Amino acid sequence: MSELGKYAPLTYFQLMEVSLRELLVEKGVVSNAEVDAVAADMKSRGPERGARVVARAWTDPAYKRRLLADGTAACEELGLDVPALRLVVVENTPEVHNVIVCTLCSCYPRMLLGLPPDWYKSSNYRKRVVREPRAVLAEFGTRIPDSVTIRVHDSTADMRYMVLPMRPAGTEGWSEERLAGIVTRDSMVGVALAQAS
Amino acid sequence: MVEAKFQPGDRVKVMKAYPLGHIRTPYYIRGCSGVVERICGAFPNPEELAQMRSGLPAQPLYRVRFSQAEVWPDYRGGRGDTIDVEIFQHWLDKE
Repeated sequence: MSELGKYAPLTYFQLMEVSLRELLVEKGVVSNAEVDAVAADMKSRGPERGARVVARAWTDPAYKRRLLADGTAACEELGLDVPALRLVVVENTPEVHNVIVCTLCSCYPRMLLGLPPDWYKSSNYRKRVVREPRAVLAEFGTRIPDSVTIRVHDSTADMRYMVLPMRPAGTEGWSEERLAGIVTRDSMVGVALAQAS
Repeated sequence: MVEAKFQPGDRVKVMKAYPLGHIRTPYYIRGCSGVVERICGAFPNPEELAQMRSGLPAQPLYRVRFSQAEVWPDYRGGRGDTIDVEIFQHWLDKE
């Protein structure tokens, strides 16, 4: 890993990662090249994958039905592999707003959204979004009226979650590609709304 | 695979227990009652996997929906607000 910026000592977990990785390489369990390839693969995936899924669901009602019934199979239809995990897609409507968290660690739909942002892994977000979701969403600039039900989804085991945001007004007639351009990572976690901009 | 005891719509109660080990049932939901939203399938028991055992037979996993107002007595927000948590069958009792 290239060092940029000013020097800072390794944190406890960074040190543990380096120690474990070096031991595994030394013992021939994995090679440095394999570790680099996996890291590069993880970094190459970003929220544009999830955005493709959302844009397809916005433009194809039959696809949306399949996506809500079986998220994993619907992603595979688009050629997106979602290895070893079951994807549950939850739909925002005028009556229901969904938001995702993993209170136990930092489970996240990496195969569709890439690496999770630091705030998603923070103890602050994980502790608070389950008990005061409206206050946490407001801090993201997302104000949900009391008349709208908020559903928090805690990914505690083998499922992974993605929010299907509402298609914003003013996007009638847009192509799937143009729609995908306005689907943000945060809107698929549920801390923001998709906006036509 | 252990047979599923609950169906969507069933009312269930999460066990209030505090065993040591790698437990995927969050503290805040132990002792709470909710409704089975769906059966997710059956998966190796993570408490066993963490001990380097097979985790078999696979345990049914449910998504259980809880009312926020019941989970947090001081909850501020809509009465209809919910929290969905994945819980393994061996942590659930029929209510």
